[in-house]
Amino acid sequence: MAAKVLMKGNEAVAEGALLAGCRHYFGYPITPQTEIAAYMAKKMPKLGGTFLQAESEVAAINMVIGASAAGVRTMTSSSSPGFALKSEGLSYLAGCDLPAVVVNIQRGGPGLGGIQPSQADYFHATKSAGHGDFHMLVLAPNSVQEMLDFTFDAFDLADKYRVTVAILADGTLGQMMEPVDTTSKILGPPVDKSWALTGTEEKRKPNLVSSLYLMPEELEATVFERYERYKLIETEEQRYERYLTDDADIVVVAYGATSRIAQNAIDAVRKEGIKAGLLRLITLWPFPKKPLHELAQRASVFVAAELSMGQMAGDVELAIRCQKPVITCHRTGGVIITPEELLQKIREAASMQSPAA
Amino acid sequence: MRLARVTVFAGHFGSGKTSIAIAYALWAKQQEEHVLLCDLDIMNPYSKMADAADALAKAGIRVIASRFANTNVDAPAMPVEALAVFDDSDITGIIDLGGDNHGALALGRYADFLRNGGDYEMLLVLNQYRPLTRSFSDLYEIKNEIEIASKVGFTGLINNSNLAAETTLQDVIATADFAAKASEKLALPLKMTVLDERLIQSAEAKEMALLAMGELFPMTPYKNKL
Repeated sequence: MAAKVLMKGNEAVAEGALLAGCRHYFGYPITPQTEIAAYMAKKMPKLGGTFLQAESEVAAINMVIGASAAGVRTMTSSSSPGFALKSEGLSYLAGCDLPAVVVNIQRGGPGLGGIQPSQADYFHATKSAGHGDFHMLVLAPNSVQEMLDFTFDAFDLADKYRVTVAILADGTLGQMMEPVDTTSKILGPPVDKSWALTGTEEKRKPNLVSSLYLMPEELEATVFERYERYKLIETEEQRYERYLTDDADIVVVAYGATSRIAQNAIDAVRKEGIKAGLLRLITLWPFPKKPLHELAQRASVFVAAELSMGQMAGDVELAIRCQKPVITCHRTGGVIITPEELLQKIREAASMQSPAA
Repeated sequence: MRLARVTVFAGHFGSGKTSIAIAYALWAKQQEEHVLLCDLDIMNPYSKMADAADALAKAGIRVIASRFANTNVDAPAMPVEALAVFDDSDITGIIDLGGDNHGALALGRYADFLRNGGDYEMLLVLNQYRPLTRSFSDLYEIKNEIEIASKVGFTGLINNSNLAAETTLQDVIATADFAAKASEKLALPLKMTVLDERLIQSAEAKEMALLAMGELFPMTPYKNKL
């Protein structure tokens, strides 16, 4: 029998977490991520873990804070409106330096919006997940296999840097089914969590997990220390894939499901003789500035393709320091970009190219 | 294969019920005039039947689905016209139920029509490559939960084990033993093994039919390619 199984993206997220040793999941149902909770509900009891359907998204993220403070691997998941409710808790997680994995299977917004796929929570995930100075490390899978792999990796990254790692995917990836190899990830040795609240047994001083500091200078010092870690993450963890970019005049920048559409569109325009390539972003924070900076030296025009009103496009402009024009190809509200629409944009970008100077 | 007046496809979510129901309706249309395909899935707001809408319309198959399918209305809704399947004995009805016991609940509304001497088949769809239906106990649990929720008993088993576009003939053959034993343990005859149409023409597939895999049933995948 083949080693693979046929999974929905949401199931792969849940399985990735279980393979990473997560035994404490707190969540609340919302389309299009409900299969994560459903899968956890089926499997957790058999593994001796805890599946808890909280009374709300806010309660679930606060349970994650508690579980993480106790030193265990823990996760919550939701979709856009539900995920926004977790903002307060995400800030507390950062303020307490607690590792956690959070998953947002995005749907159309703002407000209650709709249940069709979207990438319009880019700002929320990368810039404003909650109040105060902090970042989440944000991973953007583009296949069902990566939904499993990245969720698994997210637990290691969270423990390594003591940060929250977000899986930012969309309803397409959550709902689509693809074969998945569940044997590729092997759980490493447990990470030292001597800071965790595990009981002193009267052998050590009590640990304290808190985000409250009585003196502003003290608080500032913790933020400075945290930003040193963020600097390290920015150096070490920028992740991306380049597709046909070596000779590309036009570089499409995309992530998640949109990057798959982009790849198809690039294959098509290459046949028309247009030298287009794809920079597929894997981390959204840290933003892959390094490859963009390099590509800006050669390429003439950038096309930012995304399912939002151009939220990522601004980061592309910043990364290339506005050296080259950035045009957007975007749909929103639950509508997906068609390969044909992106083809048109790439042709438009090609017509903008200035003659070689 | 015997075509019952009403055929219900039920099973674990993601086991392939909708795809089989579409293929089955197209097959039924070759034998019967009034074929009605009814999407009774109250669980999944994203109806895959839309992907096959053109093929179904061309074949002259009437489709009944929730008017809210593929909209932003995220609430269980049953199409009122579904009653026609049970009420009109001239119709050959193909019913696609939602996944698991939660999806099967919708059939309970019509259980009396089927149980009171109705000519029906209710087929349990199995894909052994789905992570939560890999053992006999998983399958046994799902079968029981669905029968309790729908108030209707299964009459057969369908082996639809596949890995989507990556499926090879060997992948399917490797599940034959499990399907045969499941058939025995659940006391449900193995009605058919579903094969992607690109695989069914091969000589090996013909040999496969000898492996006690039930009848081989061809399926055309209708999918949005991303």
